[in-house]
Amino acid sequence: MKYQELEKTKEYKYGFTTDIESVKAPRGLNKDIIRFISKIKKEPEWMLNWRLKAYARLQSVKEPNWQKPKYPKINYQNLYYYSAPKSVKNKPKNIDEVDPKLIETYAKLGIPLKEQEKLSGIAVDAVFDSVSVATTFKKKLTEKGIIFCPISEAIQKHSDLVKKYLGSVIPITDHYFATLNSAVFTDGSFVYVPEGVRCPMELSTYFRINASQTGQFERTLIIADKGSYVSYLEGCTAPMRDENQLHAANVELVAFDDAEIKYSTVQNWYPGDKDGKGGIYNFVTKRGVCRGKNSKISWTQVETGSAITWKYPSCILQGDNSVGEFYSIAITNNHQKADTGTKMIHLGKNTKSKIISKGISAGHADNTYRGLVDISKNASRARNYTQCDSLLMGNKCGAHTVPYIKNKNSSAIVEHEATTSKINEDQLYYCNQRGLDQEEAVSLIINGFCKEVLQQLPMEFAVEAQKLVDISLEGSVG
Amino acid sequence: MLEIKNLQVSINNKQIIKGLNLTIKPGELHAVMGPNGSGKSTLANVLSGKNGYEISGELNFNGKSLKKIPTEKRAQRGIFLAFQYPLEIPGVNTNNFLKTSLNSIRKAKGEKEIDSLSFLKLVKEKTSELGIDEKILSRQLNVGFSGGEKKKNEILQMKILDPNLSILDETDSGLDIDALRIIAKGVNSSRNKKKSFLVITHYQRLLDYIKPDFVHVLSDGKIVKTGCSELAEEVEKTGYKKLN
Ligand SMILES: Nc1ncnc2c1ncn2[C@@H]1O[C@H](COP(=O)(O)OP(=O)(O)O)[C@@H](O)[C@H]1O
Ligand SMILES: [Mg+2]
Repeated sequence: MKYQELEKTKEYKYGFTTDIESVKAPRGLNKDIIRFISKIKKEPEWMLNWRLKAYARLQSVKEPNWQKPKYPKINYQNLYYYSAPKSVKNKPKNIDEVDPKLIETYAKLGIPLKEQEKLSGIAVDAVFDSVSVATTFKKKLTEKGIIFCPISEAIQKHSDLVKKYLGSVIPITDHYFATLNSAVFTDGSFVYVPEGVRCPMELSTYFRINASQTGQFERTLIIADKGSYVSYLEGCTAPMRDENQLHAANVELVAFDDAEIKYSTVQNWYPGDKDGKGGIYNFVTKRGVCRGKNSKISWTQVETGSAITWKYPSCILQGDNSVGEFYSIAITNNHQKADTGTKMIHLGKNTKSKIISKGISAGHADNTYRGLVDISKNASRARNYTQCDSLLMGNKCGAHTVPYIKNKNSSAIVEHEATTSKINEDQLYYCNQRGLDQEEAVSLIINGFCKEVLQQLPMEFAVEAQKLVDISLEGSVG
Repeated sequence: MLEIKNLQVSINNKQIIKGLNLTIKPGELHAVMGPNGSGKSTLANVLSGKNGYEISGELNFNGKSLKKIPTEKRAQRGIFLAFQYPLEIPGVNTNNFLKTSLNSIRKAKGEKEIDSLSFLKLVKEKTSELGIDEKILSRQLNVGFSGGEKKKNEILQMKILDPNLSILDETDSGLDIDALRIIAKGVNSSRNKKKSFLVITHYQRLLDYIKPDFVHVLSDGKIVKTGCSELAEEVEKTGYKKLN
């Protein structure tokens, strides 16, 4: 690659802004704003009351402060909690009616929405600021009884399902950001896969933050009924801005007997500039419950963006023989910070969990793996295997591993392995000697380091993720 | 092909090579023998362009100075080093590495990238020619390879990349007779009037299988004696000490 081309790719590719007229709620957080959101989404009364309950709760809880990356105080009264393109107000019935500007935005992000250009084999829900703007392949999924729609639509059309499961995994009292999200969440995806159905395609949501000074409060709920299977993937990007923007999502997964949910994230929010100015605060609560026996939930995340990433996708292994997995790549460069990991809560017998975490730090970045393996008294013969590998590039970055283990059952087996290494000069030399230049050599070694996690991604996304890994680290080795 | 004049090399203010002269012509195979610590690997590393050395003297390859050329460019121009201690790279498939490597070199030469099918054919041909088990190629690069497998893998890479100058750094050390034969076969089958070799070894044993045109004895950073194959036998009998 020529030097100039390299410079170009080093920039954040998705940093553009879409110039579109939007409808916003006034700034600030209060009951009226919540009523505004609920009303504009045409929500039933129970939903409004649920939000208001969360809001009341919020008044008595404090923001947590135990995480490693600290951030300046967020003025919650100064944020916008709702912003939507004007054209989405009267929701278009099919994709041909969607504002061409939005279609163009997603096309630029590599997500074609138009009927003729749809990605084959992947159904997409596109969320722009606070609303879903389009969902593809709806009909094909409906034929199988699968519901895949914006959660705002599900609240209207599948009220009983939402009412039953919303907050059943992450209660509104959980912690500050979960409570905040419960009060003001705007959109996200809803998935229901009926008993015995294997979802025939990847389901995917693409989150885009566009408006400035706006918080994005995503809410996603996925329910896999007995013996069903679904693979879901989310992607995220945002424009380049000097301000820090908040994305505080709640994602809940429920898997019944013999069901499997595979949830993958490719997170590429704007990371801030070279000096650490701007970027997204990605404070996310993700939790799944393996309610039924033999159920399985598998989280895979590739976290390359955001100024601060703070999340622990977790599994509550309630059903006997249920399985929880967490595969993670967290890459921090320049001044990015990440504090991420998982919690595996073993409640049922013979429950198994596996944690594979790969942290890569470059520049002045700081990367923490924090994880909990909690084995309850009744979880006989539970097993956990944890492997945390950290790779440092340069001398100014940091890597930390904070594993907590609580084991109350003597028949359980918990294994933990951790390594921290520097990118090895001799490995680079070996690759150079075989004709690979520095960038190629770094890419090869890093991709090797991340292999176990990249392999977990659906095929269509593995290549993209691999490229993203390369781009995130470009220029970090001399 | 290769011309080294009054080469002096230091690392961390310690001089390791102290005025070395060596010329290798196309088609020649030179053996360098020497005791541990005499600077053999340093010489190999300096030729392939490893960072961190302070170098003076002349270093020419095909008439052009190598001194400012980075490692990968030297590799692309046909210098190959079989490492004394091949590196392990976890998660990287050996086949994939070989293909990436071959394509980097082809691209640099302005040739088209090799397609998967032709590559597979090439690998099949070379592994069976050498009698190497193809299975090692589906494993992670050198990870968990035995000493012998690592060295065989180096020779396989040499065969596939088809360099002009091959430097073998103690490729024979620690090998059993069968593995040694594979290494020798790899070298002998590549010899022709265009290809040159610098075979670094600690023992004379390898030279029973590979007939050198010249043998040099390296001691304390200098070539203290040059001769033909008989010199290797002499070294084996009398030891390195006598030659100082
Ligand atoms: N990085 C280094 N710093 C200091 N001394 C070194 C370094 N690398 C090699 N040496 C020294 O240089 C000498 C030659 O080493 P080497 O070329 O590896 O010898 P050989 O391959 O002949 O056994 C040895 O004395 C070794 O200790
Ligand atoms: Mg040596």
